Amino acid sequence: MRYIPNSPDERRSMLESIGYERIEQLFEQIPENVRSTEPLGIGPPVSEPDLLAYFRELASTNATDFQSFLGAGAYSHHIPVVIDPLISRSEFFTAYTPYQPELSQGTLQYIFEFQTMICQLTGMEVANASMYDGSTALSEAVLMASRVTRRNKFIIADSVHPQYREVVDAYTHNLGFEIDLVRCGQTGPLDLNSVRAGKDTAAIIVQSPNFFGCVEDLKAIADAAHEQGALLIVAVAEAMSFGALRSPGACGADIVVAEGQSFGIPLSYGGPYVGLFATLEKYIRQIPGRLVGETRDSNGRRGYVLTLSTREQHIRREKATSNICTNQGLFALMATIYLATMGRRGVQEVARQNLQKAHYAAEEIAKLDGFGLKFAAPFFNEFVVRTPERASEVARRLLDKKILGGIALETYYPELKDSLLVCVTEVAKREAIDRLVSALAG
Amino acid sequence: MDNSRIKKVSTHIVQNEGLLFEESRPGRVGYSISPLDVPERKDEDLIDAKFLRDDDLEGMPELSEVDVIRHFTRISTWNYGVDTGMYPLGSCTMKYNPRLNEKLARIEGFAGLHPLTPAPHAQGALRVIYRLEECLAKITGLAAVTLQPAAGAQGEFTGIRMIRACLSERGNPRKRVLIPDSAHGTNPASAIICGYDVETVPSNSEGGTDLEALRAMMSEDVAALMLTNPNTLGKFEKNIEEVCRIVHDKGGFVYMDGANMNALVGVTRPGDFGIDVMHMNLHKTFSTPHGGGGPGAGPVAVTPTLEPYLPFPRVFKAERGDLDLDFDRPKSVGRVRAYMGNFGVLVRALGYILTHGDPGLKEATQTAVLNANYIMENLKDVYDIPYPGPVMHEVVFSDKRQMKYGVKNADIAKRLIDYGFYPPTMSFPLIVPGALMVEPTETESREELDLFIDAMKSISEEASEDAEILKHAPYSTKVGRLDEVTAARKPVLRWRPKSGDDKQRAETA
Repeated sequence: MRYIPNSPDERRSMLESIGYERIEQLFEQIPENVRSTEPLGIGPPVSEPDLLAYFRELASTNATDFQSFLGAGAYSHHIPVVIDPLISRSEFFTAYTPYQPELSQGTLQYIFEFQTMICQLTGMEVANASMYDGSTALSEAVLMASRVTRRNKFIIADSVHPQYREVVDAYTHNLGFEIDLVRCGQTGPLDLNSVRAGKDTAAIIVQSPNFFGCVEDLKAIADAAHEQGALLIVAVAEAMSFGALRSPGACGADIVVAEGQSFGIPLSYGGPYVGLFATLEKYIRQIPGRLVGETRDSNGRRGYVLTLSTREQHIRREKATSNICTNQGLFALMATIYLATMGRRGVQEVARQNLQKAHYAAEEIAKLDGFGLKFAAPFFNEFVVRTPERASEVARRLLDKKILGGIALETYYPELKDSLLVCVTEVAKREAIDRLVSALAG
Repeated sequence: MDNSRIKKVSTHIVQNEGLLFEESRPGRVGYSISPLDVPERKDEDLIDAKFLRDDDLEGMPELSEVDVIRHFTRISTWNYGVDTGMYPLGSCTMKYNPRLNEKLARIEGFAGLHPLTPAPHAQGALRVIYRLEECLAKITGLAAVTLQPAAGAQGEFTGIRMIRACLSERGNPRKRVLIPDSAHGTNPASAIICGYDVETVPSNSEGGTDLEALRAMMSEDVAALMLTNPNTLGKFEKNIEEVCRIVHDKGGFVYMDGANMNALVGVTRPGDFGIDVMHMNLHKTFSTPHGGGGPGAGPVAVTPTLEPYLPFPRVFKAERGDLDLDFDRPKSVGRVRAYMGNFGVLVRALGYILTHGDPGLKEATQTAVLNANYIMENLKDVYDIPYPGPVMHEVVFSDKRQMKYGVKNADIAKRLIDYGFYPPTMSFPLIVPGALMVEPTETESREELDLFIDAMKSISEEASEDAEILKHAPYSTKVGRLDEVTAARKPVLRWRPKSGDDKQRAETA
């Protein structure tokens, strides 16, 4: 086994040097009757060339050569080439959680930079070191809102990503929370008239742009929440929208969570991604997950440490409020490098291209006979197309033309049978958009 | 200070490097984007201006590509990784991260695959999931596996949720979860967020579960025992079958925290000694990179009784042999993460398992256990071992003998840095005051292990000769010991432009 440096002879000599004859003696603390006598049944070792060939063959059956207009929480954006060589530096990817700050300043500094840029993008005051992904970040936001307000009733728009809502359900299932779902399938954005917030509401939860691509009027929703002493939690599944849209912070959000996959992270069939979590300074001691802070060493040199760890579960075992232990270090690094490379100008330019191209596509599709836009609300890079026949059938036919044309919303919203969610980002060339349009035309 | 005893490292130039924001200069560009190829419109004509950003992303950096490369390369050199050397963090299994697996995860057919691609067009990805589930079922001796949890702690949460769902269906979810005092801190936290109260089971003098105490605590109010095996002392639970029997007799479940599975793969199977549900950490046992704190993956394996409660969707073999996704799982605890979990991590772990095969997996376990015992035997005369005797994959020392010179575990740990090693785990087990928990893994050479042993011995000598050296260590790093008290008291969690010397603001004004 090439990953084990010591040869069998060396191992034997080490074993003898500590007074054993056979390696099995070291395992005598395991009761004999439960020690395995048979091999695991996985098979013989596979060589490097054979393994590469096996995985390449598997990968070749995945439809990554299709023209894709899929979004719905995972987006195709150009990934700058510099990211991979930098994250492949083993000082980054083979390190662990920065428990020993003296040997982890590289990790700690980029997390500090990450936290800063997440604040700038979201318009919030503090951000944590990242979460697993958008869906778990939202769940932690719900738990936090309940701690902050000491209330446990929530109002959630059904235009929040359906899978995020499922994860929130799983996280809160045993905690006695009451979660009211507000239907948005006919309106697109949240209709505030159908929101019944009261003095017992912990938070109103919306996504913007929402699952249908519609931009929410966050300012109005924030006012409605705050009127009742409730928080506004904003989930953002498409982080690229921060480059074009007014930040949730500027609209009065109290907690902003996001999926950061758009910032240089491959689609990779759904993960790993990186969850973003930002809030207001006054809630600093209620934030889940890790935080990096700036400090000095004994010689006055600036350095960074994990801080406020008294919030963590290993200090107050029986009083834990969250079990999250790590962040998504390497994927926070990818986002940090992405944002540094694109920078202030690039993030806005890419966002603007998304906006422009999606609107071009939407207008072209809307011109087709029988097609239209389901909602009139403003959108960023994703929109719902009203199809002349069942959307799942439309999507299926596009597959024959090697086009992943969108998500049939019927899967998540049974009443929306004629609705196809289409996403157009900067990577879609005009000719690809035109091909989609003509394929839809038949 | 005499550093002649430090053999592994010598000091080296360290580059200073500011924050991205301090290095930013207006007008620098590090990106390349194709020109817009659709008719351009004014943004305000597409979206009401009230929804558009109006702060021009003030404060975000402007850097050239070279600036970016230099910045991250320089700060990376302030880190220590497994590729730098032995990283003996106990219970973290910091083993070599094979480059082959990195390559596999980056194959375009995986890396470029959208998570909502219809199943017939994602067969390769589904086959990775299906095969890894099969492998992990064989390794654990359990019936079924979910790969959805994003980390070990999420695996714990998923497992306890499933127990609760099953007990609820039987009519009573019960009230409490029992957790040994040697457990990792996430165990109680996971039980609490599933709505349980936590009770602590004491350890016996050998570091195992106190059977009498367990019997006394176990009742029909207890949903589960959460056990780490081998425990955080590196000891296999000798009475494991009896422990499981006590819990099962009262209708409870035994949850195993599989953080220490690197001691067991190919040698014994948790399903064979009575475990009902367990998680594994693919970033530990199965070598996927820790990445400076993530991403990980925390698959959960269960008995047939708990199988209906696994998160959805499940990958299954449809009629023509194709794989498909099953969402129709009425008893499922639901979804714990969007999409299919940390798929890229799953690819790497499957690469690891297939590379090793049956003999390699067993060889890795045996070597990991050998290396831990080798360290223990070579240091037992110098450092206190609160729970003596052979260990599995890790060994816990304490600072008891060095304390007489006023030297604590943290001082030993910090001095190890000067000797060229990452320090061991110190935060747990809580039952060992001044713990130094060392897990070498199988991927260390004898030379590296000997250098570590020498370093530990030398540090102990330094403690007796001049304890002050240790109390101010490390000396060789970019920064010394940092003021963590001030960091927590007056938190500075982000950069902000300083008024007066903010170049960016001055120059754009």
